Amino acid sequence: MRTGALLFGYAFLYAPIALLVLGSFNDSRLTTAWSGFSLRWYRALLADEALREAAWLSLRIAAISATGATILGTMAGLALARLGRFPGRTGFTALLAAPLVLPDLLLGLALLLLFVLLERTLGWPGRGAGTVMLAQITIGIAYVAFTVRARLAGGGTLLEQAAADLGAPPLTVLRRITLPLLAPALAAGWGLAFVLSLDDVVVASFVSGPGATTLPMLMFSTLRLGPTPVLNALATVLLALTLLMGWAAWRWRPVAGGKARH
Amino acid sequence: MIALLPFAWLLAFIAAPAAILLAIALATPVEAVPPFALGWNTEPLALALTDPLYHAALWGSLRMAALTAGLCLVLGYPMAIAIARAPSHCRPVLRALVLLPLLTGVLLRLTAWIAILRDEGYLNAALLALGLTDAPLHLLHTEGAMLVGLAYVYLPFMILPIEARLSAADPRLEQAAADLGAPPWRVFRHVTLPLSLPGVLAGIVLVAVPVSGEVIVPALLGAPENLTLGRVIWDAFFQERDWPQAAALAVILLALVLLPSRWAKP
Repeated sequence: MRTGALLFGYAFLYAPIALLVLGSFNDSRLTTAWSGFSLRWYRALLADEALREAAWLSLRIAAISATGATILGTMAGLALARLGRFPGRTGFTALLAAPLVLPDLLLGLALLLLFVLLERTLGWPGRGAGTVMLAQITIGIAYVAFTVRARLAGGGTLLEQAAADLGAPPLTVLRRITLPLLAPALAAGWGLAFVLSLDDVVVASFVSGPGATTLPMLMFSTLRLGPTPVLNALATVLLALTLLMGWAAWRWRPVAGGKARH
Repeated sequence: MIALLPFAWLLAFIAAPAAILLAIALATPVEAVPPFALGWNTEPLALALTDPLYHAALWGSLRMAALTAGLCLVLGYPMAIAIARAPSHCRPVLRALVLLPLLTGVLLRLTAWIAILRDEGYLNAALLALGLTDAPLHLLHTEGAMLVGLAYVYLPFMILPIEARLSAADPRLEQAAADLGAPPWRVFRHVTLPLSLPGVLAGIVLVAVPVSGEVIVPALLGAPENLTLGRVIWDAFFQERDWPQAAALAVILLALVLLPSRWAKP
């Protein structure tokens, strides 16, 4: 019975994705009639100028957002794991966790209102790729911070103390001990922020401006009109990309107990 | 020092927007750019709470959240038990297999479901081939399709907390109950179920909270006449350009999601 529950559950989770991949290699325009293996939808995907532009824009936005979120999230995670009780810790944690809890719709709407007011009063920032990045950095910080904190909670303080006792200044301890210990968490956090950014429709739709249509925004508007085989091909490419990143995160995952892996 | 920069960032991009959202919920809509004048106007909030359309949207969101959480519980609980009872060296892989779909984008997973559910989709083809129906059924853009899609997207959030509770429980408790003569269903009802309840509660919150503000799944799979808070906020903002009304509705949604969030411990 338990094996049955597992089989059914995993079939429910994976069969739709398998059908999607299969459909992308189907020569027929009809999803259900198999008329032979073909790469024509992938060729159509490459030929689609709007999709290409949106994909390139999204990849750039995702890379920059993930990097920004990793820098700020690492600082936040270090503060949570190493500073103990600092003033404002409760508020800090609540603000940090907010994007994990709140629906994207609220984040998107609130951030857009902020950007509009800023633009009215300061003339900055104009809405577009830049505001999408600011919003997605904000969302990514939490994911990186909690990954970093989980990694640091396991260990490292002894090593850091040893280094400090041997006369290493704080920055050297950070650079030579803490950051190398953190490397897997940083990679996982960056990857997570990157994937989240590549999948974000709601927040981007709110804060983006004319001329900055991200790939998820374009996919969403196309899907609303009805699916196309080209979209299956695009989804398969994105799936391969995320699986690759998921595999990398799994390969270099933080190990329970926090021992550094070499 | 290391806390200051992220703290300042979060104040600027989380706390300040939340404050602005509240301020605009109390603003007056005007024909201008941006389309509001700050002030003390409780009309949008009052309308958000009394207007029949917004009432329907509020109930629609609550209903969608409750039904999705229920569906995830029914689908997820047996899986959580099965994973928790698997040999301990298998569990990390089984858990990873539950998490993996989360990494694939939501849009990608919805693309898959549209291909399955649309009139000329896989499910209708299978039903026709089996002779279970003469004409394709209209499955896409119904409440059922929306709920299946939501359950699909949010299922991992139900499985993992329940599985964590059950894996942490002492298996000897169930053995003791069985040894003392309790039939399997009594072991389940008096031992397994109570042990898993905190996980169930966490799972329900983790599913119901984001689902109550969901816009993408209802837009792609749901029926056009199904009203949700997410949809009326989206429409008030993008179609009617009534920012104070959208902000007031968002404040209601915010209150709705902040209440249960206190019960779920990450």
